[in-house]
Amino acid sequence: MASDVLVLVEHIDSELTDTSYELVGKAKDLAGGWNGEAVALALGSVDTSELAADRVLKMAHPSLDNYTPEAWLEALHAVVQERDPKLVLIANSTVGMDLGAGLSGRWGKPIAAYASAITGEDQDVVVTSQVFGGKLLAEAVIDGGQGVCTVIAGSFPGEAGKGGGATVEDLTPPAALGESRTSFVTTIEPEGGDVDITESPLLVSIGRGIESEDNIELAQEFADAIGAAVSASRPITDAGWLPKTRQVGKSGMKVKPKAYLTFGISGAPEHLEGMRDSDLIVACNIDENAPIFDIAHFGTTTDLFDLLPALTEKVK
Amino acid sequence: MADMIVLLRQVPDLVEELELNDDSTDVEREFMKFVLSEWDDYALEEALLVKEASQGSVTVVALDDPDVDQVLYTALAKGADKAVKLTGSEEGWIDSHQRARTIASWMRNQTYDLVLTGVQSVEDIDGQVGMLLAQELQHPHVSVVVSVETKNGSARVTQEFGGGRFSELDVQLPAVLGIQQSRQAPRYAPISRVRQAQQAGGLEEVPTEVSGGSGLTVRRLYAPESTDHAEMLEGSADEVADKIIELLRSRGLIK
Repeated sequence: MASDVLVLVEHIDSELTDTSYELVGKAKDLAGGWNGEAVALALGSVDTSELAADRVLKMAHPSLDNYTPEAWLEALHAVVQERDPKLVLIANSTVGMDLGAGLSGRWGKPIAAYASAITGEDQDVVVTSQVFGGKLLAEAVIDGGQGVCTVIAGSFPGEAGKGGGATVEDLTPPAALGESRTSFVTTIEPEGGDVDITESPLLVSIGRGIESEDNIELAQEFADAIGAAVSASRPITDAGWLPKTRQVGKSGMKVKPKAYLTFGISGAPEHLEGMRDSDLIVACNIDENAPIFDIAHFGTTTDLFDLLPALTEKVK
Repeated sequence: MADMIVLLRQVPDLVEELELNDDSTDVEREFMKFVLSEWDDYALEEALLVKEASQGSVTVVALDDPDVDQVLYTALAKGADKAVKLTGSEEGWIDSHQRARTIASWMRNQTYDLVLTGVQSVEDIDGQVGMLLAQELQHPHVSVVVSVETKNGSARVTQEFGGGRFSELDVQLPAVLGIQQSRQAPRYAPISRVRQAQQAGGLEEVPTEVSGGSGLTVRRLYAPESTDHAEMLEGSADEVADKIIELLRSRGLIK
């Protein structure tokens, strides 16, 4: 086993994701402790010049240009077999959901998913993972000190992964890439035309606690009164009560408004991932143990059906 | 036409208070309420939609999780054709690797086109079962799927990325899909129909052997220590509203 930490970087429109830099920064930190290298693996066409890894491995092949789980797993597994890294870091994104457990099964090494912290204790890898909807953290050791870790976005600073200076190596794609049973058809881009919640300095954000589509009006009235846009957590857009473009979180938009006011959002990790960097967070939820209060600056357990009309009234 | 297998699992109901066991390596499961993992519910719904659109069959399968019979009978009442319970697993936190191996050992004797399961569960710290199962059976897999359509030996699936981006993929069958969301909300099964299914019986029990583990040792579970818990605003709705308005005004965010 080598002492390297390998990061699978991700990209959208040939640009690296923020999480890719976060993971490379963490990889440098960990690999330093094990006297190994921080190695970034870039599949398909992407500009990696800003990555501060020790080494960047690039692999190009027609079947890697548009992401498919099968081709990417084939490529990732081939590189892992060849280089035998101590630890493989992948974002807990759609790609990470596909490839983290996929690589664990294929490689025969453990995986710790939903990681928010990773430390080296001598040769041991100790991972802190969010479980049970973020209500608990699990501290786990990867047996044998070698495995895979999928990491929640925003867990580590991205700056440490920036600066460039990596040695770049071009890799030969594995032959099996030509035999994929999965083919890419098309990409569906976000629908335009709706309010852009990433641009709004004030967001009134609603969750399951709003209870019904009709009640959204209460939030809309308050939002209108203060010049805010209405955003939501996943259950609201899944129900079709608001368009998908209003969804904040891992599978929705990442927002960073001056004020993020939540009503009836409990604060699942997937939601927090999309709004934790807001300047001011005020949360309203009747459950005093809701995880949202761990990230909010101010909170209240007042019933939202009393609070929203009171707020609207006072601003008017 | 597609013969589908849907994997279901029971998970602790997060609405309840989670208590830890004596050595803090697991939640205290003895008196806990268990519910069907919400993503598995979506997987079942999506499978039923595929069956309605293009015929075929739906078999639901689960390990012997707490209160799982009820879940399997509910699936039958909703329109599943067959329900299978794999017995022989120990009680407690059964990790994803064990689940995948157990289900794979049963599946090697089955014929099927498509396997659907929830994209994740609230306790799959060692990775998602569907993707591990795909490796055991050497099938292609796609996770975070929000729509499935089958035709001529392949499935067209929509995979969701963040920020409102999706991609469409064609996957040759057999394949494993991790379902994030069904095209419509999971259907409701009237209690009378669930009772009918229960009375008719027909739950197939298959003894299995569970082998190996995840290779992950959980040292401890703990509640996140909030270093800066929100400052709670107390008082009547009116008083709290005043305080919130003041927070916004003092920052110059509203007039």
